[in-house]
Amino acid sequence: MIDISESVMQFLLAFIVVAPLIGAAAALLPAPPGLRGKNPEQAVLRHGVTVTGLVLLAAVVLAIGFDHDQPSTMQASTDISWIPALDVRIHLGVDGISLPLLVLTALLTFLCALHSYFKLPAGPSPKAFVALVLVLESGTLATFAVLDLLLFFLAFEMVLIPMYFLIARWGGERKQAAAWKFILYTLLGSVIMLLGLLLIGLESGTFDMVALATDNGRGLTSSVQVIAVLAIGIGLAVKTPMWPLHSWLPDAHTAAPTVGSVLLAGVLLKMGTYGFVRILLPVTPEGMHTFAPYLAAFAVVGIIYGSLACLALVRPGAKGDLKRLIAYSSVGHMGFVLLGIATMTPTGVNGALFANIAHGLITGLLFFLVGAVKDRYGTADLDTLAGATGAALYGRAPRLGALLAFAAVASLGLPGLAGFWGEMLTLFGAFDPAAGLSRPAFLTFMAIGALGTLLTAAYMLLVVRRVCMGDPTDHQREPRVADIQSHEFAAWTPLAALTVIAGLWPAVLLGLTDPAVQKLLAGGKS
Amino acid sequence: MTAAVVTTAAGSTASLVQSVDWLAIAPPVIAATTALGVLVADLFVSERRKPYLGYASVAGLVAALAFLLPLRAGDRSTFCVPAPGDACSYTADHFALVIQALVLGGALLTALLSLDDTRKLPAGEYWFLLLSSAAGAALLPAARDLATLVVALEVASLPAFALVGIKRGDRRSSEAALKFFLSSVVATAVMLLGVGFVYATTGTLHLTEIAARLDDVPGQFDTLAKTGVVLTLVGFAFKTAAAPFHFWVPETYVGAPLPIAAYLSVVGKAVGFSGLVLVTVIAFPAYADVWGPAVAVLAALTMTIGNVAALRQSATRARSAVRLLAWSSVAQAGYLLVPIAAAAYAGDERIGSTVAYALMYAVVNLGAFAVAALVARTHPGNRISDYRGLYAARPLTALAMGFFLLCLAGLPPGIIGLFAKVTVFSAAVDAGLGWLAVVMAVNVVIALYYYLQWTAALFRSPEPTEGATEAPAAARPRVPAPLTTAIVLTAAAGIVLSGAPQLVLRFAAVNLF
Repeated sequence: MIDISESVMQFLLAFIVVAPLIGAAAALLPAPPGLRGKNPEQAVLRHGVTVTGLVLLAAVVLAIGFDHDQPSTMQASTDISWIPALDVRIHLGVDGISLPLLVLTALLTFLCALHSYFKLPAGPSPKAFVALVLVLESGTLATFAVLDLLLFFLAFEMVLIPMYFLIARWGGERKQAAAWKFILYTLLGSVIMLLGLLLIGLESGTFDMVALATDNGRGLTSSVQVIAVLAIGIGLAVKTPMWPLHSWLPDAHTAAPTVGSVLLAGVLLKMGTYGFVRILLPVTPEGMHTFAPYLAAFAVVGIIYGSLACLALVRPGAKGDLKRLIAYSSVGHMGFVLLGIATMTPTGVNGALFANIAHGLITGLLFFLVGAVKDRYGTADLDTLAGATGAALYGRAPRLGALLAFAAVASLGLPGLAGFWGEMLTLFGAFDPAAGLSRPAFLTFMAIGALGTLLTAAYMLLVVRRVCMGDPTDHQREPRVADIQSHEFAAWTPLAALTVIAGLWPAVLLGLTDPAVQKLLAGGKS
Repeated sequence: MTAAVVTTAAGSTASLVQSVDWLAIAPPVIAATTALGVLVADLFVSERRKPYLGYASVAGLVAALAFLLPLRAGDRSTFCVPAPGDACSYTADHFALVIQALVLGGALLTALLSLDDTRKLPAGEYWFLLLSSAAGAALLPAARDLATLVVALEVASLPAFALVGIKRGDRRSSEAALKFFLSSVVATAVMLLGVGFVYATTGTLHLTEIAARLDDVPGQFDTLAKTGVVLTLVGFAFKTAAAPFHFWVPETYVGAPLPIAAYLSVVGKAVGFSGLVLVTVIAFPAYADVWGPAVAVLAALTMTIGNVAALRQSATRARSAVRLLAWSSVAQAGYLLVPIAAAAYAGDERIGSTVAYALMYAVVNLGAFAVAALVARTHPGNRISDYRGLYAARPLTALAMGFFLLCLAGLPPGIIGLFAKVTVFSAAVDAGLGWLAVVMAVNVVIALYYYLQWTAALFRSPEPTEGATEAPAAARPRVPAPLTTAIVLTAAAGIVLSGAPQLVLRFAAVNLF
């Protein structure tokens, strides 16, 4: 929109990736005089807000400076040799696919930092907390910004240690087991992914994603492609997570602190789907073609499985944890994303990318809200919350109740909100999959996916019924529940507003992703 | 050097006195002369001044390291036989120089760890043994005939037995030394038998000559040659502590003084695998179909056994920290073997990955041992549970230890560890050893569990009972300067390498011979 010189853009992108790392190191040092604030804890949390705020600012400026007429070309790209021995280059760049994810990550991390500034996470020193969140941010931003396979792997691994400590130190019940499950599972996936990445790099002679995408798999034999897709696909599918490799996710989400859950659902899961779109679709189209029907089948199983699990959790007497429920709903939503990718059509992939962003916004908001509910009630157990008739948030904390209902409705895919377009486009893509993919199979998947949207609506409405509605007089003896505080309002409004904007004006996002997707699927020819 | 005698005899056609390139052999020679000098000086130095012997040894090692600089072109060789084939017994090529830098640097760091730790040990003997072992280890990578190789291996090992058992009156120390000695001697005997077989079939001891003659071994000698190859490898596999020749490792490490355990885990291993590289890649390429699969299986076994055993260490058992490092070093030896196996399928350049990995491993493992030595000063039990709350007591040390452990695990922020693993993986994938790569992938995950568990313990809040009884400021004893230097050196090296991994990884991309 605004013409910003290329070197400034390069600097901005590099700044986005590096600044959180420097901020993390700075967070561990004692605060300089003049910035000490009221107490050291407050000072370091404010430091976190400042750094993430700066990164968000840089991301927004980057988005403004981005040439929206050519979203399919890599912009702000830097390409420096780093480790010649392994042919690793520091190759950064953004296009229409990665830009929305970069902004989403910067936004969510900033909101998380803001949230923890006012609501100190319960646990050891906030110093380490801020440093870990910043390293996590750097890792995710790097994943979306790098264009080198090995650097992608490095960025992919960088989030593991911070997330492990966030869950294990600041988490809730059974945090140790959940943290171990998270890190061991994901590491196994990503090491296997490394084997696939190495296979591609060694066979084709380059690790550069742009060159590989332009090649469109012409330099790789089909057997290499099949093995590479299998290896890389497993790594990405664990991260996404795809049914049946999802079992780490509900535990991790349930045990993680609010900020951890928001970042895990809002950003970390996207790294998996982004990898599918950025690496597997353009680099190994033949291998992807072989596995697309299986991927789609697993995806729809995930949709149904996630919804059924949620329905089971929401039943009265099931002792369902609200955080766990949202975690399972993520499995379902990511199923839609995977289904869209598996169609290998521009429509489906655009839908997948849209659903990606929408899920980040809506589930991020949902986890914030559930975290707030948990803080107020001391539990996220639905049965305890709801009592006999329902938790009656509408009556007791009307704004909180209304926002929760809004997020739930957005999550079930109400037209006019962000959740709708992604699901519709992926189903639409499945209606007419890419040439060579079995149409009847994908029609079946589409039908099952559509059934999944119904089930999603069912459990989300039940959640609203049990948490928001009810008779407020039932709860008179309990302590008062505080409504939304001003800082919570500040942290949540952007997410709600973006959900509405993306729902009413999907062209903002689709205009960015569509040309880039067209180019990726066509092998860089357009 | 003994080999000199062999080669002078052979080379007497040109002149009776062979010209020796003293500069080329300077690094091991300096280490050996310092060793002798220290031993002699020990007789005349009063008890009060004994610590100066340690500083002299450190100076000797630094000088030996400095003499690697003029050799960096990597084109010198000496003790050569003019004809036929122009074979040399001592070659200072890039491989030899890098490994020499590794072992001398490792010995230097060990010396720094020992300066304060070994006051109760006999100083003269200790430094003499350490330096002679280092001299042998520095000679080995440059040796290019089997006789020199065996001699170098023994020069490196024999003092090590004594070093392990140097704690007088300590039953565990003597037992460890005996165990190490007996099993090592058996391995040497087996290897000598193998060398004998190889000599019998080829009629030469020079590695390059052996390679040429093994290509056309007469049919009836084929089995003999194969047996010779396998038996020779067994000897080196023992020194590398590759499974199933690893059983001596935990007891030996636990019984030895801590710096010696560090020395064995880095220099001892470097000796083993560089010998293995020399015989496999230079001498026996003709039998790559024999040793390739064998080394691959050995690698898979070694890493799996090492990791599984490390996983089973209980954190509260006495000396569990050293025990865990011992098992983890067995597992790491498995990773070191992978590129050697890959070299059988994809060519010599793959060896560079082993060298790069070994350099990374040497730096971070010595760093971990240095921190262990530091913690052992206040907690002689040396349990992993003693590390709980280290961050609260010594934040920088704890951060360094966390960094070392994550480098060993191969996860960011240990970027150098990650990329060193990537080179090993890429060697395996490139050679078509997919199954080995998958086994290694699973092992990396198993290893993460115990490394991360240890790392997590560092940052836990200290156990409440201890905090109540002792004041934190008073409980913090002074750390000796050499120990701090060792930790700072290794941590700085690890961080610099993480920023510029090319510094070590460049060896992975070139042919070192």
